[in-house]
Order: sequence, then C-alpha cells, then structure tokens
Amino acid sequence: MKKILATVAVAAAALAGLSGCAAGGGGSDDGLITVGFAQTGSESGWRSANTESMKAAFSEENGFNLVFNAADNKPEAQIAAVRSFINQGVDAIVIAPIVEDGWDDVLQEAKDAGIPVVLEDRTLTSSDDLYASWVGLDFTREGERAGEWAAKEFGDTPTNMVVLEGTTGSAPANDRAEGFAKAIEGSGIVTLDSQTGNFTRADGKTVMEGFLQKYGSDIDLLYAHNDDMALGAIEAIKAAGLQPGVDIKIVSIDAVHDGMQALADGEINHIVECNPLLGDQVAELVKKVLAGDTLEKAYIVDDGEFDQADAIELLPTRPY
Amino acid sequence: MKLLRHRLVWAVAALVTLIVVNTISRPTFLSITLQDGELYGSLIDILRNSAPLMLVALGMTVVIATRGIDLSVGAIMAVSGAVALTVIEASPTPDNLGVVLVAIAVAALVSLVLGAWNGLLVAVLGIQPIIATLVLMLAGRGIALLITGGFITTINSEPYQFISQGYVLGLPFAFLVSIAAIVVVALIERRTALGMLTEAVGINPEASRLAGVRSRGIVWGAYIASGLLAGIAGILYSSNIMAADANAAGLYIELDAILAVVLGGTSLAGGKFSLAGTVVGVFTIQTLKSTITFLGVPPAVSPVFLAAVVVIVVLVQSPRTRSALARLTRRRTPAGGARIDPEAAS
Repeated sequence: MKKILATVAVAAAALAGLSGCAAGGGGSDDGLITVGFAQTGSESGWRSANTESMKAAFSEENGFNLVFNAADNKPEAQIAAVRSFINQGVDAIVIAPIVEDGWDDVLQEAKDAGIPVVLEDRTLTSSDDLYASWVGLDFTREGERAGEWAAKEFGDTPTNMVVLEGTTGSAPANDRAEGFAKAIEGSGIVTLDSQTGNFTRADGKTVMEGFLQKYGSDIDLLYAHNDDMALGAIEAIKAAGLQPGVDIKIVSIDAVHDGMQALADGEINHIVECNPLLGDQVAELVKKVLAGDTLEKAYIVDDGEFDQADAIELLPTRPY
Repeated sequence: MKLLRHRLVWAVAALVTLIVVNTISRPTFLSITLQDGELYGSLIDILRNSAPLMLVALGMTVVIATRGIDLSVGAIMAVSGAVALTVIEASPTPDNLGVVLVAIAVAALVSLVLGAWNGLLVAVLGIQPIIATLVLMLAGRGIALLITGGFITTINSEPYQFISQGYVLGLPFAFLVSIAAIVVVALIERRTALGMLTEAVGINPEASRLAGVRSRGIVWGAYIASGLLAGIAGILYSSNIMAADANAAGLYIELDAILAVVLGGTSLAGGKFSLAGTVVGVFTIQTLKSTITFLGVPPAVSPVFLAAVVVIVVLVQSPRTRSALARLTRRRTPAGGARIDPEAAS
C-alpha cells in the first residue's frame, strides 16, 4: 500500500514537476512558488501569530502560492496533509511537526518526489538528510536568559521562588526549566515550589492561589514558563492583597501582547521573547533551497528580551 | 449504623478526609481572614473556583439521570465565553453594565440553543447521547475559535470582572451564583414532579412512556438545562481570567463533572440521582486539586495521585466492596444479609 502511494506520489510529483519546469523557476503556471504548509493547529495565541506570520510571508506579492493545512494537533492528520501536498506536486513543503516521531516514511516520499522539506518551530527525530533545514527557537536558551536576569536581579540575596511550569512533559516546559536552573546556580534563589499551570491563564491563576495560601508573602519571585500563566498569577497575587511586580517579582517567557502590556504596567518585571514571527526566515530558506543553495541544518532565531522601558516603547508597534 | 448506610456518608467522609489531610500538612489551610471586607483563605478559593464545575455538574446530573451523558459541556463553555467577550470587546463602553448584561444574555442564549441541539439529536432523532454530544464537543471549540478569530480575546470590564472576582457580603459572587444554581435546580427537580419523572425516564424510558410520561420533552429539557448551565459556567470561567481562551476553557471539565456526579452516588446507568451528592462530589474534586498544590505533589505524578484518590473513594462507595468488607468483619451474618442497599436512604 505504502509503495503504491509512494509511486502515485512520485508520478504526480513528476507530472507537476514537468509543468512547473516549463513555467520556469520551479513555480506553477502563474510563476508562483507553490508551498504546502502543515501547521500543528491553532492551540494558542502564539500559534495564531505564527500562522499569521507564515501567511504574510508566503503571500502572492512575495511570489508564493500557499496551501495551508492546520491539523488540529492530530499527528496522523498532519502526515496525511503532507502526503496530499506531495500528491498535489507542490514545490516545497513546510512542516511544524506536532510530534517528533513517525516521519521517516512520508519524508522519504517527499524526498523521492524531489520536494524539499523545511521544518518550522518544532523538530523531529528523523535523520537530517530527509529534510532541508529547520528554523526555530531554543527553549533552553530562553530559560537560561530568564534565569540570568533573575540571578542578576537577586544576586546572593536569599530569594524564595515559585515556578509555574508549562504542560508536563512538553519540550518548552522541560527545556525552559533546565535552562533556568542552570542559570541560577550559585545565586541565592531557592525554589519553594514548582507546579504545572498547563500554559493557561486559568491554571496559572489557580496554582498561584495555592502557592499564596501556602507561603503567603514569603514568595519573592515567580518564574512562569509563559506569559499566559503569569497573567493568571497576577490576578491571584492582586486578590491576595499583594502587588505583582513589587511584592513578588515576575519573570516570564513569550512576549505576547497582553504580557507586554503587563510588563509596561510594571506588573511583570522581565520577559524573554519567544518569537512566533518565523515566516520571513522560512520563506527565505524555501527560496534558497529551491535555488539550489546549500543550507545549514538548523537556524536558531535569536529572541529578544524586554524590561518595562522596552515594553512601553515597543508596545504600540508590536505586530502580535 | 443507620447513618453509615446513608448514601452520602462516604462522599462526605472523603471530602472531610481531604480537608483534614490538608490541615495537618499546613494548619493555615482552614484559616479564613478578612481582607478589605472580603473573606480570604484556601477554603474561600475552593468555593470560588468550584463554581464553574458546580454548574456543569448540576446539569450533568440531570442528563445522567435520563440515562444520557453530555460530553459537549466544555466546548459550550468555550463558545459561551467567546461570545460574551466578543460582544463586550466590540462595544465602545465595556464598563457599561447594560453592555455586560447584553453580553451575558447573548452568551446564555447561544448555550441554550447548543443545548437544544444536543437534545434534538438525542430525544427526537434518537442518536446515542455519547455520540450526539460528541459532535458539539469536537465542533464547539472550532466554533469558539472562529468567534475569537483564533486568538485569546481579552477585555477590561469591571462589571464583567465582578462575576467571578467580586464579593457580596464578604463571599465570592461566583460562589453565590453556584448556590443560586443549586437552589433553582433543586427546587425545580425536587419541589415539582419533574425530578421523579426524570428518574422514571432514566429507569425505564419505555415503561414511563406507556405510563403517560412525556419522556421526549423531559430528555430534551435535560440537555437544554445542561447547555445553559455550561454556558453560565463559561461566563464564570472567562470572567475569572478576563479572557476567552477557546482552547483551554472547560477543557476536560466534562470528565470532572461526570466524576463529581459519580462520586455523589448517582449511577451512570440513569434513574435515581442525588443533587446533594453532586455538590459534595464537586467540592471533593476541587479540594483534591488544591491538595496537589498544598502537599506539593510533583506535577509529573499528580495525575497518578488524583487517580489513586478517585479509585479509593469509588471503591469505598461501591456497595459490593462494602458488603465484602462487612462480610469479612461480621462473619455471623449470612452472606445475603450483609448486602447494603445504597439507594435505601433516598
């Protein structure tokens, strides 16, 4: 079955490839580069911004014809989407893999069909000769930068920290915890407690309420693995009669609009960016790979980090 | 001994045990202080945070009593929150009480319609409840995402914030909403014949139809009530964080609600139901969740901890386990004599 599918895919791709070459420049008849993008779904504000960025970068003005698919976080649906891209004979495929495993077959099919694959945001475990390149972020580094800020801010002063972790077992949660822990080694920061807030505001709020009941005003610092949980926690801190950003310092990761607003208002003290606007870099890579340039296997996008003054300055012009 | 046979006693015992464990681990658990005229403490947090689950579980109880199940409640919560916040966001005066009331009314109406859709599929078209409500469970979040445009809608509106974060007479307003819901549902179900008719439909739909009970209307009504209550829960949820989070709002709450109903002693096979049991079940689940934070159970193992407690509570409540235990402790009684009928006290 797989073989038949692959054969069909190759045949379809070959046909499409012929017509594509005839038009010149690897595009379809209208001269546009057809790119299939298999997005994970639309599970968060970050993801929405990422999708928007991709759609903007792969616009017709920029010479692209984007075939978009959001797989609703179902791995099998995403693989099916990639297969259909191969069958349609697109010029290139961009994937934000939902899971890391299970990609070998379909990537091999794409390779056999001569369609380059660029990975975005997330990685996968297949051998790296099956895809052209990866563009994304370094979660460990994000955690490290948040930790570096905290270590600098508090130094040797004994500091009680609570942590709102991301979804248990997810790569950003694991890596952001690891990076942070490494950065605060040797400082006076002690972790009182660490619980998952599932990356959501509601859970961030509930768990912070629990922390506040448990430790009260002993808490000096909150490290939230994303802005949404920090925003939920701010509500809980206010309800407890404390001042977020003053009585309890807050450092978080993401820099979504609401988080930046809270940073500008002084309720969050520091935010490390996790930039969802990967579209332009991905588009550039796709153009390069189609032009036959050799690419590196991984491009890490360097994130910014912000304090209150930056937030006030940047807020009016930030696209997300 | 008679008290021990009351069907609520084990549910209450589980709740009390949890509170005792929390208090031993940290005596401040029980302390309630007055802060700017508002009561503040862990117990108050539990009362306030349990409000959405309470509303959903009340609706679920009635639906389960008709032999049904409503899986779509979480999705309806997401839609309701999305509708309410979109209305408020679109208004130039979000702090206007009228705007907020309109937003709440529209959200409640939409949830009512969604509940009616479930009821139509189950009561009129005769589709299995688990499948019928699965439709909205899956589609509902899509609808909510469509309404919010895929983003998390956030607002600033004082009257809306009050719903979940405000206080009346020192008590959280959200808690008062759940009390009001309990009273209304209890009055309608228990002070009229509706509760009995619902149970009749659940025990044997065909027999009750032959006896002249209009089971179709009763089943339909149960799903409408469940939808409406889930909608109000969605308003409470979104007011709590002042954001319509279409992906996270009410996620897996259907499972918590079913669990609360079962912990409260209502059988999933339909028929007799206990609203008081559901109330105790909801408080048990909410307390269990804060127990995880209070005891500092590591996040990686907290699902196991939750599951273990649930298994113990369910086992303790099971008539068969209890009769087996009774047989072990009182060997002189003949096997049949030790059987405890959990429904006897109702």
